[in-house]
Amino acid sequence: MPVKKLGRGVALVGAGMSKFGAFPGKNGRDLFVEAFTEMHQSVDKGFDPHEIEAVYIGNYSSDLFEGQGHTAPILTDWIGLTPRPAVRIEDACASGGAALRQGLIAVASGLYDMVLVGGVEKMTDLPTERVTDTLATAADVVYEIPAGFTFPGFYAAMATAYMDRYGCPVEAFLQVGLKNHAHGALNEKAQFGQTIADIMEARKKSAAKKGLPAPTWANEMEFLCDPKANPMIAWPLRLYDCSPISDGAAAVLLVAEELARRFTDAPLYVTGTGQASDGALHDRSTLTAIPSAQKAAQDAYAMAGVKSADIDVVEVHDCFTAAEIIATEDLGFFAPGEGWRAAGAGSTTRGGSRPINTSGGLKSKGHPVGASGVGQVIEVWKQLRGQAGTRQLPGNLRLGLTHNVGGTGQTCTVHIFERR
Amino acid sequence: MSENIFTSTAYNQRLGEHTLMGTRCSSCGAVHLPPRPICPHCLSETAEWVQFSGKGKVAAFTSIYIAPTAMIAEGFSRTNPYCSAVVQLVEGPMISAQILGVDASHPETIRVGLPVEAAFIERGEGEQKRTFLAFQVVG
Repeated sequence: MPVKKLGRGVALVGAGMSKFGAFPGKNGRDLFVEAFTEMHQSVDKGFDPHEIEAVYIGNYSSDLFEGQGHTAPILTDWIGLTPRPAVRIEDACASGGAALRQGLIAVASGLYDMVLVGGVEKMTDLPTERVTDTLATAADVVYEIPAGFTFPGFYAAMATAYMDRYGCPVEAFLQVGLKNHAHGALNEKAQFGQTIADIMEARKKSAAKKGLPAPTWANEMEFLCDPKANPMIAWPLRLYDCSPISDGAAAVLLVAEELARRFTDAPLYVTGTGQASDGALHDRSTLTAIPSAQKAAQDAYAMAGVKSADIDVVEVHDCFTAAEIIATEDLGFFAPGEGWRAAGAGSTTRGGSRPINTSGGLKSKGHPVGASGVGQVIEVWKQLRGQAGTRQLPGNLRLGLTHNVGGTGQTCTVHIFERR
Repeated sequence: MSENIFTSTAYNQRLGEHTLMGTRCSSCGAVHLPPRPICPHCLSETAEWVQFSGKGKVAAFTSIYIAPTAMIAEGFSRTNPYCSAVVQLVEGPMISAQILGVDASHPETIRVGLPVEAAFIERGEGEQKRTFLAFQVVG
């Protein structure tokens, strides 16, 4: 099939996000306003929001999480931009990536010169079991959920298939969590601004304060293997293998390429987009890879005319630690079955040969599901423009990639960004 | 327009009779579980019911400690986990189901490749009564 091309070039000229975390008293629109405001301030030469012609919102389930449907016009009204067309895009945890793609296509088509893409989710008002139930509706509720599966359960099942096929030990997954917590500790927007060592220290202090015997973990791996400190959620995945329940929002500004320099001298260009769909987990040719991610990546690389080895900055959808290992293989950074070895060898750390999730990833930064795909873009924006502060990667960074999965891979979007 | 008979309701009715029914594509012969009105391989819109043997093996599994509300209502919990799996049937297709006859509290004892056969769990009372597909470890 011939390579698909955008109708015209599209540039990213602004990006912002709220802090991700648990924020009682703030609803989705409050968080979206924070993201929008930061995005507005990020546009180097400034802009008049009245120039925005349409609004694309990634949101998974404001209906179930907040009791609020029809979210997009409400958010658009709250930033003063009615009567512009506003649409909500839902593809489970890939809603943000899917909204980005729709905004991109709208500008590339020539219909609009400037669109706002947002992602928002407010999850923490519900008790954990109802959040679990709400997330489960992203699976096939007729043919998968009656088996008792939860989302951690699905990814845990993929993990057992992966372990069996490639001889991967459970510790490989824990390494990913350790790494993403270390990365997230350098991100002021992250839900967990703590390394695992920080968390261990806090637990020891708390035990001492309560007059309890001090825990005796010799190192981080002992802490992560302690069932009291790191309880099992769905074998082999423990608490610190799972992304948290989060509130948060993110927003980015897309404009036609020829207008980009009006807004900044350092725009990023969205040169590749791919999106693919798939059926239930049990209906796939493999359980140790995500075919929709492979297809979306292949399409995005082809459109951008680049290879995996060319990419400098990578944000992948690590909803669970095992998912990050599989993602690094699906995107072509490591051969099938090699991702766990690379993670164990430290290759995916900030100082490694293939840094993954310098933001802390969904694991540490937080996973407000509909916001995550847009939140990933903020890290690429900062890293490629040299604005990532203490977590800035060294070198002349030119290409960034975001990988956003919905469900267990019923949806995947991949986007590629270029600094010229 | 012909009426679609390969619905989830029809599938669940057959489960209620303790039979595992899918479809065979009339055009390319591919078998599908659950039943598919349109063959995803050749897009043929004609199919026939086919009964599955119920024999297969565990392709992927997990022991779930943090259960959804429906399974909490069945008595499962952090201290009483259960095993959910993707099972590959001898006919080829895979399906999701709970696994019986394993020690879910010791998931390290459960293995990919375990041979299983279909079992059927009745849950609920009266109008709410429903049959769920499960698999029992063989031997």
